[in-house]
Amino acid sequence: MNVLLRKCSLSTLVSQPSKSTFLRCLAQMSSKVNFDELVKDKPIVVFMKGTPKAPRCGFSNAVCQILEFHGIKSFDSYDVLSNEDIRQGVKEYTNWPTIPQVFFNGEFLGGCDIMLEMHKSGELIEELKKIGIRSALLDKA
Amino acid sequence: MSSDEKPVENAVRQKLTEALKPQFLDIINEGYMHNMPKENESYFKVIIVSTAFENVKRLQKHQLVHQAIQEEIDNKIHALSIVAKTPAEWEASQDVGKSPPCQGGAGL
Repeated sequence: MNVLLRKCSLSTLVSQPSKSTFLRCLAQMSSKVNFDELVKDKPIVVFMKGTPKAPRCGFSNAVCQILEFHGIKSFDSYDVLSNEDIRQGVKEYTNWPTIPQVFFNGEFLGGCDIMLEMHKSGELIEELKKIGIRSALLDKA
Repeated sequence: MSSDEKPVENAVRQKLTEALKPQFLDIINEGYMHNMPKENESYFKVIIVSTAFENVKRLQKHQLVHQAIQEEIDNKIHALSIVAKTPAEWEASQDVGKSPPCQGGAGL
């Protein structure tokens, strides 16, 4: 039990007792994978099918292409097809049923549809700015 | 296919209509884009316009759709593309985008 509790910081539970945080901590306790550790302190993490160089799903490919379009040369990614614990666990972690899933600085942004909308509206440039990345689109005339 | 042969699509339509009372709802079976036979009902695009999405963040709009059709998502639907707009957003733009082509996947 101590090991399980350590996976999810007690201080998080006490200081931010929102329902989503509570559910996330519960998911962490039962998960074999510590998703907090996988996503926090990393600017961009994508859970996808395949790899950025060889995506195996059109939606995952679209996310990689959007990031590339904004000049992101590399980012952390996890191929859910090669790890069933990650594939199922990330869906419980975010309470989101589909892959790909995109995180900026540990915060879940959404999947392909949301990334596309944010790209079209210009919001993605702002979100990248928040994590200290200047979008390549700002340098294009 | 007759409507009897589209149980998943029918269930999705009914549940979204009940839960979100949409002004506009379109459910597109995109199985054909993934080399699926026409009877296959596991790849969908949902376009939904509802006042339920007013003052709701983007992530939460999608979550509202997920919650309404949780059972289908858990058991039947493999991939789901969602366009969720308020009536004002829909009036401003009816662009629903085009779902990306299949990359083959792994048959998983």
